[in-house]
Amino acid sequence: MSSNNKVHEPLFHVVKRSNIPTWKSWIIRGLSILVALIICGLVTVIMTGENPFEVYGTMIKGAIGTERRIWTLAQNTAILLCVALAVTPAFKMKFWNIGAEGQVLVGGLATAACMIFLGDKLPTWLLFIVMFATSMLAGALWGFIPAFFKANWNTNETLFTLMMNYIAIQIVSYFCYEWSVPKGSGHIGTINGATEAGWLPAIGGKAYLCNILIVAAITVFMYVYLKYSKHGYEISVVGESENTAKYIGINVKKVIVRTMIMSGAICGIVGLLMVSGTDRTLTRDTAGGRGFTAIMVSWLAKFNPIYMIFTALLLVFLQRGAGEISTTFGLNESFSEILTGIIIFFIIGSEFFINYSLKFREKEANK
Amino acid sequence: MSTQVAIELKNITKTFGNVVANKDVNLTVNRGEILSILGENGSGKTTLMNMISGIYFPDHGQIFINGEEALIKSPKDAFDYKIGMIHQHFKLVDVFTAAENIVLGLEEKGRYNIKKSTAEIQKICDKYGFDIDLNKKIYEMSVSEKQTVEIVKVLYRGADILILDEPTAVLTPQEIKKLFDVLRNMRKDSKSIIIITHKLNEVLEISDKVSVLRKGEYIGTVQTSEANESILTEMMVGKKIDLNIERSDVEEKADRLLINNMCYVSREGVKVLNHVTFAARSGEILGIAGIAGSGQRELLESIAGLRKLKHGSIIYNNPKNGNQENLRDKTPVEIRELGVRLSFVPEDRLGMGLVGNMDIVDNMMLRSYKKGKGVFLERKGPKDLANKIIDELEVVTPSANTPVRNLSGGNVQKVLVGREIAASPTVLMAAYPVRGLDINSSYLIYNLLNEQKEKGVAVIFVGEDLDVLLELCDRIVVISSGQISGIVDARTTTKEEIGLLMTKTDGGEKNEQ
Repeated sequence: MSSNNKVHEPLFHVVKRSNIPTWKSWIIRGLSILVALIICGLVTVIMTGENPFEVYGTMIKGAIGTERRIWTLAQNTAILLCVALAVTPAFKMKFWNIGAEGQVLVGGLATAACMIFLGDKLPTWLLFIVMFATSMLAGALWGFIPAFFKANWNTNETLFTLMMNYIAIQIVSYFCYEWSVPKGSGHIGTINGATEAGWLPAIGGKAYLCNILIVAAITVFMYVYLKYSKHGYEISVVGESENTAKYIGINVKKVIVRTMIMSGAICGIVGLLMVSGTDRTLTRDTAGGRGFTAIMVSWLAKFNPIYMIFTALLLVFLQRGAGEISTTFGLNESFSEILTGIIIFFIIGSEFFINYSLKFREKEANK
Repeated sequence: MSTQVAIELKNITKTFGNVVANKDVNLTVNRGEILSILGENGSGKTTLMNMISGIYFPDHGQIFINGEEALIKSPKDAFDYKIGMIHQHFKLVDVFTAAENIVLGLEEKGRYNIKKSTAEIQKICDKYGFDIDLNKKIYEMSVSEKQTVEIVKVLYRGADILILDEPTAVLTPQEIKKLFDVLRNMRKDSKSIIIITHKLNEVLEISDKVSVLRKGEYIGTVQTSEANESILTEMMVGKKIDLNIERSDVEEKADRLLINNMCYVSREGVKVLNHVTFAARSGEILGIAGIAGSGQRELLESIAGLRKLKHGSIIYNNPKNGNQENLRDKTPVEIRELGVRLSFVPEDRLGMGLVGNMDIVDNMMLRSYKKGKGVFLERKGPKDLANKIIDELEVVTPSANTPVRNLSGGNVQKVLVGREIAASPTVLMAAYPVRGLDINSSYLIYNLLNEQKEKGVAVIFVGEDLDVLLELCDRIVVISSGQISGIVDARTTTKEEIGLLMTKTDGGEKNEQ
């Protein structure tokens, strides 16, 4: 040790905040977005030479510039939100379900099958009932399998659900080929384009309103389920401490399986909304990575279904806006993803400053 | 030489968020001196020692070693200043021998020569009177032996200042005596020793000086020769306190719970409980004494329906209808449905008894949420109960909607014990219910247990402080390596007798954890 009295004290250290007023945490979040926008602006100028304000203007225009775009934004938000709602109970239970992608796909597959084979055979009302039932069943099955193995043999659910995604993608690829129109093209194309059988109806001329209303209902349901129902309470206890759950006599296996069945079933509904309410077709990209983005939506909102509306909206807004930038300025598609990445990085990073603060050591007066 | 100052702390302050863990603490320890740091849990003793050993860095203040200012930024710096800390939780590699653990991490020139090192270590052991087999593997060792390895480790590294964090908490009376003997030998060798503790009799026995902390503040230092228990308690708590536990006698007693030949084998195949047989009677506090990890936890959890037994029975005599029920292989829910009112305060309060992130109301609901038909929760009853407990047990909390994680240890325990007692049990099991609690809270818990006993509840109390067990309980079951080594009358037995029973092993069977 240097006994020489030139002492180097640590400049600062990180301190956990015990609690922080809500308004302060929102200021930190707001500041982080502001900093993110400044950095994005700098990156834009350096990399492309475009005026950053114009770029941001384009972004906003791209997301909400026209009525059509607003509806698309709302539709995309609703779908993403719905997947997030589906994964939330599992995550609250500390069951790392990254298989929403696959659960959505099998739900979509079931819907497509109903539309193709039953579209002209059943009355509309019955067709919808069958579609909902089968898509939920398919999603539930995809959720049940990993949960069953987790509950009984404590398998790793993260790997298991991830693998289930690949199985779902391959099955869907197979049927995309099997049902392709014309045969052998590998694309199913619009299902029931002539009869519109099994299409979720437009309400008041708004094509996506039906989707949005269904998701709104699920949002309210999930909020109440998690907060006020006995099931929701059991999920919280199991997630916080399995030992406590056993101590008070909760059947942990049952809760895991039940919750994952529900989680999968809601993902199945998303598949239905995508196939019957949006795309009117099925591809292997029907889920479009939402199964993963939804995890971020859920975590950013701290598993609160109401907050999730805003986190889902934010992410979709960024995505839509960034997409517009790349077309308007003729930039590479990746550029918009760089911007989105920067913004999300700052939003997530801000959580650190909400939970911790930096403390600088005060100088000794007598030194 | 003997009055030379080894370490001096000046105005040390450390805060965590809004919590002031240490405020303007001043201490000096001379060479060849043993200083006790006395304070209740949460008074900042361990934080202070962590700053000396380089785990934390103080916000303000200075540390002087041998008269020169020292800047201790990491445990390695502390080691360079010849400071060695023996933590409460040992940091040893289980599959290595004692000698291997002791030399581990030392950077020495030349080839690794374990034989030479072992001989050097043996010399240290002989010098101070450590009794240990250096070629024994850690996983075969008792807690006391592991502690010895930790102490020898810091000595081998040349430490002149030793800090021991609650070294006696896990030891039997005989082992404590042995430890104190080597500490005295070290003092003779002009080592400086700091002991953290909250046991007054030990402070008086071993140390030269006592420094007292209360709620992070430095209260003062007294010479042990001028101190006694009541002076120290007053310094520690801030007011005079009666240190006697009242033990009442209940006339009517009946066997409430009969444990017969209970055997439990862990998933790893270790016999954790071996033919355990005893009876818990109503109107009686039955103490369970034993070295930590002798099977106490498994015993209570088996009774509560959380573990599957290999053999034996748990017979409950229902006082309402005289029925006998075997609780073995029943789940907690099934036990409750039989009308058995069994309450359980587990040792792991926030990991088992309560949910830390939930508020007091939701924690009250743990026991009752299933009541009532329908799918929705009923929060009115739990809310009333929460307010009642906050009121009656004087729980310090901003509101009933505060997550229990934010409460202090004593208040967490009040919430848990309050909830378990509110179920008006006929059997109440409590594992280490006062661990980590301050003196006031501890006595409140003792009183609650006594009240339950007077109501005719069969109370089972797993404790670690033998003095408390002797004062509070009616009978004491001593458990050693999963076997019952004796059942004694608490009114007539002695600490030494229990201590011997705690280490008695039949047939030399060894059990770890």
